[in-house]
Amino acid sequence: MPYPPYFTEEHDAFREEIRHFFATEVAPYAPQWEEQGYFPLSILRRMGELGYLGLSYPVEVGGRGGDYFMSVVMAEEKARCGAGGFGMAIAVQTDMATPPIYQFGTPEQIERFLKPAIRGEKLACLGITEPNHGSDVQSIETRAYRDGDEWVINGSKLYITNGPRADFITLVARTSDAPGYKGISLFLVELDRPGVSVAKVLDKVGMRSSDTAELVFDNVRVPHENLLGEEGKGFYQIMWELQGERVISAAGSVGSAQYAFELACSYAQGRAVAGKPLIRNQVIRHMLAEMATEIEAVRQMVYATAYRFARKEATPWEISMAKLAASQLAHKVIDQTLQIHGGNGYTMDYPVERMWRDSRLPRIGAGTDEIMKEIIAKGLHIIER
Amino acid sequence: MFEWLFREEHQIFRKSVRRFLEKEIAPHVAEWERQRALPRSVFRRFGEMGFLGLAVPEPAGGAGADPVAEAIFYEELGRYGTGGVAGSVGYHAGCALPLVASYGGTELKERYLQPSLLGEQLGGLALSEPESGSEPGKIRTVARRDGEGYRITGVKKFVTNGDRADWLCVSARIEGQDEVNLFLVDTRAAGVGPKRSLRTLGWRAAGLAEVEMHDVAVPASHLLGGEGQGEAILGQFAPREQLMLALFCIGLADAALEETIAYSKQRKQFNRTLNQFQVLQHKMVDMAVEREKARHLAYRAVYLLQQGQEAVTVISMAKAYAGEMIKQVTDAGVQIHGGMGYMMETPIQRYWRDARALSIAGGTTQSVREKLAERLQLTGN
Repeated sequence: MPYPPYFTEEHDAFREEIRHFFATEVAPYAPQWEEQGYFPLSILRRMGELGYLGLSYPVEVGGRGGDYFMSVVMAEEKARCGAGGFGMAIAVQTDMATPPIYQFGTPEQIERFLKPAIRGEKLACLGITEPNHGSDVQSIETRAYRDGDEWVINGSKLYITNGPRADFITLVARTSDAPGYKGISLFLVELDRPGVSVAKVLDKVGMRSSDTAELVFDNVRVPHENLLGEEGKGFYQIMWELQGERVISAAGSVGSAQYAFELACSYAQGRAVAGKPLIRNQVIRHMLAEMATEIEAVRQMVYATAYRFARKEATPWEISMAKLAASQLAHKVIDQTLQIHGGNGYTMDYPVERMWRDSRLPRIGAGTDEIMKEIIAKGLHIIER
Repeated sequence: MFEWLFREEHQIFRKSVRRFLEKEIAPHVAEWERQRALPRSVFRRFGEMGFLGLAVPEPAGGAGADPVAEAIFYEELGRYGTGGVAGSVGYHAGCALPLVASYGGTELKERYLQPSLLGEQLGGLALSEPESGSEPGKIRTVARRDGEGYRITGVKKFVTNGDRADWLCVSARIEGQDEVNLFLVDTRAAGVGPKRSLRTLGWRAAGLAEVEMHDVAVPASHLLGGEGQGEAILGQFAPREQLMLALFCIGLADAALEETIAYSKQRKQFNRTLNQFQVLQHKMVDMAVEREKARHLAYRAVYLLQQGQEAVTVISMAKAYAGEMIKQVTDAGVQIHGGMGYMMETPIQRYWRDARALSIAGGTTQSVREKLAERLQLTGN
């Protein structure tokens, strides 16, 4: 159903199309991908062919030319595929590693990096976090120094989604000794360059269909043409990137909360305990009602934020609110869904326990709940009088 | 601390339990969890230490420990036996063995209880079924009469030690009757199986399984208590299981808080250690306070038992509260660990996954509340 001002008939048609895609070409394989710890690159190419990796990018760069809410639909539907890791990996491809290329890149960089990523021919990843610097982005230590018409990069990056197999990384590095955020720049680095290594493939508690790396850069040389955007503006650029990352993360969280709620209802309707269906317990009905209410509240907040984001009006603090609320909502709803499933919810016979593990990450990744609160407090000028 | 409950011999006992668990169990739990197995030799070690007989009276060959010593054992098990080790040892020593000790005849005690006290045999409880969990309406496992004995057919789910137990306490209805009966079923008997290992969120070394029984021959002497007494027996034993689980929660909360504090003092961000952030300090305070609230409820129950008094209501409250507490505490622990909390190499994620079982096993929080409503005489007029 069209849902103005956010979703038109066009979005509805796409939602049906993408729901079918995830149900038939992803969901049946999700358990296997979770088991093996990665998704096959063939699915990336397939999604590229179908135009799913460039939904909101213009046709000129190989995208589908849709509006931002096409990406919101994608994020919501992706959350129903049963493998949160795969969903996160695709989000890195479409809404994290590549948007800075479109926004700040040269036509040549768009040709070399963005277009193949949209086609699903090259896997992208984003390199911000380091072993010693997570929340504290401006203190990152990965260093790039200029040597003629090349840059030489040294450092390591941690928790890099897609890192083990990615073709290139959108990398945050320090390019001058200017203090704090002033000396940071962005680079596009092909990961088959000498000096790049995967130090470790990380063994995570959830999001297991996504392979994650600790990457090491040991005197990696890149041509000056690989500098993305203006030197010294990297911090602003990555802060810009994080806004889109957080909005899409919030949309995905709403999608998973909704999916979990549906699973909870269906289980409660079907499962008999002490001779009566679970749903006949008033407490369970009210639990479900509360879940639905909270989902609706956060959904409206996320849609409204996405709307303003698409119009370039959304502030960092309202985006942080949406990300904070949605991440917490999803995990809470999924936790209650697990409880409704009882012992069954604790086993891998049902998808709930995987969703529970997967949904724990968004309260940590892309900015912890605590960092979101810092941004909100600053944005609301709480400390000023 | 808690001198009103722990005498000197209890403190000494706690030290010896800790020493054993720290040295012989804790270093291996991650590996056992990965393998989803617990070597039989580990049970023998518990047996050698005398820890498997705490809940069994001396005349039956046990250590005949007082409720306080038992409680100490469960608390420390909860703390060090993560990954399901606590559950596996606990359901054997704290649930299956006392059941047989109280309701099994001489033959059962000789053939099953004695070797189990040594850790040579393993027991478990097989009560839940695929169609009934916390509040079994009408269980479907049926025992048909066969001469003097019975033949049992049915499926049991969520059986801790299900993949490895030599014998199980099985609840079944006798053909044609509604009442519940308890039988000791030897899992090596013909007709037991298949056993389907359940892959679970946590407790992965506890051997949780679905166990099928197809016309398994069970001698008359394997009936625990009398015919039709199953519900009464289980009703009497449920608090024992619930208190054990509540104490697991407290031990696990101790482990979670200790790990979290240590991490927060060592990990730096924004030029200071995490424990220097006010919000995280308060988070850890809340973890400690929540743990103490649960501890006091559980210890009150232990005290009542020690005094020979009835403790069912307090135990239920302790189980309900502790099961929710441990989720909050471990969740906060993961959050303070940041990205590291999401790595399998970090213990806190294991505590977090284990914790999730504790508001479900032994009765979901919801079903415990349901029973409490009755006990507190809130229902009816």
